[in-house]
Amino acid sequence: MLELVNVSKVVGGQTHIHPTNLTLERGSLNVLLGPTLAGKTSLLRLMAGLDKPTTGEVRFDGKDVTGVPVQQRNVAMVYQQFINYPSMTVYANIASPLRVSGANSADIDREVRKVAELMRLTPYLDRLPLSLSGGQQQRTALARAIVKKASLVLLDEPLANLDYKLREEMREELPKIFAASGSIFVYATTEPSEALLLGGNTATMHEGRVSQFGKTVAVYRNPRDLVTARTFSDPPINTHSAVKEGKHFVLLEKEAGGKGKPVKITLAVPAHLAGIADGPVTLGLQPHHLSLDEPYAKAPSLKVKTQVSEIAGSESFVHVLFGDKRWVMLEHGVRNIDPGLDIDIYLDTRHLMAFGPDGMALAGQAG
Amino acid sequence: MSTPLSPTKKEKRWPSLVVMTLYLLFMVIPIYWLIVLSIKDNTEIMNSFSVLPQEPTLKNYRYILTDYSWYVGYINSSIYVVLNMVISLLLALPAAYAFSRYRFLGDKHVFFWFLTNRMSPGAVYVLPFFQLYSAVGLFDTHWAVAFAHCLFNVPLAIWILEGFMSGVPKEIDETAYIDGYSFPRFFITVFIPLIRSGIGVAAFFCFMFSWVELLIARTLTSTFAKPIAAAMTRTVSATGMDWGALAAAGALTLIPGAVVIWFVRNHIAKGFALGRV
Repeated sequence: MLELVNVSKVVGGQTHIHPTNLTLERGSLNVLLGPTLAGKTSLLRLMAGLDKPTTGEVRFDGKDVTGVPVQQRNVAMVYQQFINYPSMTVYANIASPLRVSGANSADIDREVRKVAELMRLTPYLDRLPLSLSGGQQQRTALARAIVKKASLVLLDEPLANLDYKLREEMREELPKIFAASGSIFVYATTEPSEALLLGGNTATMHEGRVSQFGKTVAVYRNPRDLVTARTFSDPPINTHSAVKEGKHFVLLEKEAGGKGKPVKITLAVPAHLAGIADGPVTLGLQPHHLSLDEPYAKAPSLKVKTQVSEIAGSESFVHVLFGDKRWVMLEHGVRNIDPGLDIDIYLDTRHLMAFGPDGMALAGQAG
Repeated sequence: MSTPLSPTKKEKRWPSLVVMTLYLLFMVIPIYWLIVLSIKDNTEIMNSFSVLPQEPTLKNYRYILTDYSWYVGYINSSIYVVLNMVISLLLALPAAYAFSRYRFLGDKHVFFWFLTNRMSPGAVYVLPFFQLYSAVGLFDTHWAVAFAHCLFNVPLAIWILEGFMSGVPKEIDETAYIDGYSFPRFFITVFIPLIRSGIGVAAFFCFMFSWVELLIARTLTSTFAKPIAAAMTRTVSATGMDWGALAAAGALTLIPGAVVIWFVRNHIAKGFALGRV
């Protein structure tokens, strides 16, 4: 069990990590999710013992290890850049943590070959890392982390520099490899989809703070605040300032031409948000909960003006304008819609999120 | 596209060819002349002018390599040059590592000060060195010259090595610590192999300076550790100048430099690319 107690890091007057409390259970897979510069790497370095926290304590299995040098910490770490010992062969690279710990050479050989087989590096054991492809280099680094059987394994965006296909493959393999080991895994990533694929627990990070920590799906479904919702959404979550008036959210008020009452565009308050008080709220809806087709009978719809559509493989991002607010919809398949059209889009309001003026979530989601 | 381009290319080629040939010629002539002198007889040197030697002879070389007062100069020079290279590298390796990996108070200023050290002429230090080494009994030892040359070579070696070390990602150090390496073990088994070429280049520049430096080496020695360059300045005798022997000694002095350059020629280019040479 790894505990961060009130840990913070200040470098040259700049706060990289605000006081943070985090408890990671043995045998768990934990994702640190956040944009670049959110402090993921800083936090990993504090966990590893590469940096000393400015305040607070790092505890491992209840023991304070804050000042213990990294050599005695029994951790393993894999960086985003492919870091291996360039002057050693792949075999020597994988064997290096075992050799340092003084294991006998028969054991080392057996372990290295086992892990090499697992990471499909067997044909390259005699090569130098720099003569291998990026994927093979990173697999070497991962193999070195696995062979050590450390009780804390830190992975800092290990797949970010790999090409798409390899990333997909490794993403599937990694949790399986790690699940068997019983160590604590911490996996930093910028991609919400990666966090969801890996499962386990997720800590969302934003500007040096952990905004929420819990089961990955729970954090995704019920973000505690707007910051978490934004961090955990790619493409970015659609937000809109509205006012709750009884059974409706007033989204827009249009001046009617000439005299007469202004026209209000409203949205019925879904059941799970019925309990919140009247007043200004920020509504949030994930891009895939907006759709061109009716997702269920009598789903509420809104009139929008289409803008550009981007096609990304099997998905399409359709940008639309509601009032002067730009929203993005995630559609399956290739949807190429001409810009400038007035169309109806449907909102799956079962997943609508509402945040108060302070950015905190007002009620949980239904689904 | 190649057909219309090739005539112009051909036209433009000959001026650069001429310039390069002339340049090379001017570079090589002094060396050629030195070697030609060294295989001529003294009378031939003094009495005639010829591009090719009329009666080539190796007697000058034989004289240098058999006369103790001559060849001991090479031995003395080699001893203090090697001593200096070893001391400079042993001091510069940890220092360069500190400059490359850590931020500390005044690090940038000290680093720049190292470079300014190289700007002062060696003659400035001749008197203090002579006085100091005489007082502590180091005068006329190989150590005296080796230590004195450190003043110039250690900063240079630090400067060169720092460039190479900064080219090694810091994450490699950290990975090694995480793997459990202690600092000395990491430094020797992981880090040194990575900056091999930097060490070669630094050693080469230490060699270069120490091998050709004359003023300090001559002042700090008299007989026991007299370097070859000093021996060469003392060839005027009652019988006149021994031009042939002097030329042969000069030609022999070129050889170690040429050999060392041959070994580090590929690494030097890397050093230039890092902007540290």
